[in-house]
Amino acid sequence: MDEKDLEILRILEDNSRLSAEEVATMTGLASGEVTARVSALEAAQVIKGYSTVVNWEKAGNSEVSAIIELKVSPERDYGYDRIAERLSRFRQVKTLRLMTGTYDLQLIVTGRTMQEVSRFVSEHVAPMDRIRETATHIIMKTYKENGNAFFEQPEPERLPYSP
Amino acid sequence: MRDFISERAREIPPSGIRKFFDLVLTMEGVISLGVGEPDFRTPWTICESGIYSVEQGATSYSSNRGIQKLRDALSRHLAQQYNLSYDSNTEMIITTGVSEGLDIAIRAVTDPGDEVLIAQPSYVSYAPCVTLAGGKPVPVRCVEKDHFKLNPDLLAEKITPKSKALLINFPNNPTGAVMSKDDLKPIADLAIDHDLVVISDEVYSELSYEKPHCATATVGDLRERTITLNGFSKAYAMTGWRIGYLCAPPELCDAALKIHQYVMLCAPVIGQAGAAEALHSAEEDKNGMVNEYRLRRNMFIAGLNRAGLPCHVPEGAFYAFPSIEKTGLSDSEFAERLLHEQKVAVVPGSVFGEGGAGHIRCAYAVSRQDLSEALKRIESFITDL
Repeated sequence: MDEKDLEILRILEDNSRLSAEEVATMTGLASGEVTARVSALEAAQVIKGYSTVVNWEKAGNSEVSAIIELKVSPERDYGYDRIAERLSRFRQVKTLRLMTGTYDLQLIVTGRTMQEVSRFVSEHVAPMDRIRETATHIIMKTYKENGNAFFEQPEPERLPYSP
Repeated sequence: MRDFISERAREIPPSGIRKFFDLVLTMEGVISLGVGEPDFRTPWTICESGIYSVEQGATSYSSNRGIQKLRDALSRHLAQQYNLSYDSNTEMIITTGVSEGLDIAIRAVTDPGDEVLIAQPSYVSYAPCVTLAGGKPVPVRCVEKDHFKLNPDLLAEKITPKSKALLINFPNNPTGAVMSKDDLKPIADLAIDHDLVVISDEVYSELSYEKPHCATATVGDLRERTITLNGFSKAYAMTGWRIGYLCAPPELCDAALKIHQYVMLCAPVIGQAGAAEALHSAEEDKNGMVNEYRLRRNMFIAGLNRAGLPCHVPEGAFYAFPSIEKTGLSDSEFAERLLHEQKVAVVPGSVFGEGGAGHIRCAYAVSRQDLSEALKRIESFITDL
């Protein structure tokens, strides 16, 4: 992993749809080398996947997302890892993190309706061993995700020419 | 009624881009590479502190030199970033943009008849500011063969007993050229031999893509005869905040301060609050923008060369300055036809003085998307010629 790899990662994190040729001109590498570096980063699982940031509300999709806080009793020898890995197997769990503060694990769960999300939590998450407490927060509106603002911002007026 | 217009006002030429300006306003779908300012918004921490300062009622004049907190922070920043040491109380003035700094620096050192050597192509206001100060602008040509650096031999040719000052700007608008310490050394020797004061506009200092910027005042014994000008506009996307600064040894600084206090009183205080915050918290924002400019530059230069417009790789600022000579058009014709036929706005190089003709200035401070669309249009323009 060198400076060029990091540069490629920063570029792709911002826009993964750029072609190898485009990344090559930006970084000053040959496009073959960009392809090779990206493949190596994929193989090493540094690049975990490519996805699109979608404003689902605008797309007319009424899917529901919730942030779920879990208080968990850690296991001897494993801490939170085994239970976290188990939770992350659920398709419904999009994101899972271990947190400092008043709770331990944070899940982002999506479902078609609020009922579906709450059923998932009460039937699958809450009853698991070692989970002491859950708190479910339904996401009402997303204003910004992964650096992308979801609200309209007027384009600042620039002069067409300035010296 | 008499003719009220002064000789001096008559003498300075009107802006060379005015006619394009009027034209572009009547057109739709134009991609403008004619804008000499960042396309980013000012980082929000800076905006917040400007808003907060207004809420706190910090809306009166500041001291002539500028807010103490800003000057102290700046003094530390310059030492750390460029190895420049300027005392915040005796060697620094916060100005209303570099534009004002330039004006008061020139007026502080120019007597009627003094010749001011200007490395050109250059920013459009240098020569008129010298004229307004009663001096005589003397262009020194920077040529493409030297990557638009200032060549000491070409400078020496223009030095006369009347030469008083040398005005330089690296990284350069419009060429993107930079000068390293080694490049500046022979220039410093000439300035010292001929006892010139050096006015160094370094407003693009943070936008140096290959190696760290070399501040003119750090070269040899130049500090005692250098007025360093810089500002927040380009690095922090703060053009409209109008904050620049002038740094010079106390005697030079005091002379500039006298002019500043009579013509400007102080730089806008809200802008000063924002600038202080920029130094405090916007380093990462700045680095992100610089990185983005570098990527765009690489992409744009490759595209220009592909399109058949040879272009040296600009090492700083956010301008490309390709030669259009082999199209057989003059730079004005090229710019005009490109705007009419492909709706891409660029600035003809001759606007920037000597050595600019036969080139166009393209600012790549626009989104990558617009840049690649502009490149496509330029390519078809050239193909159709």
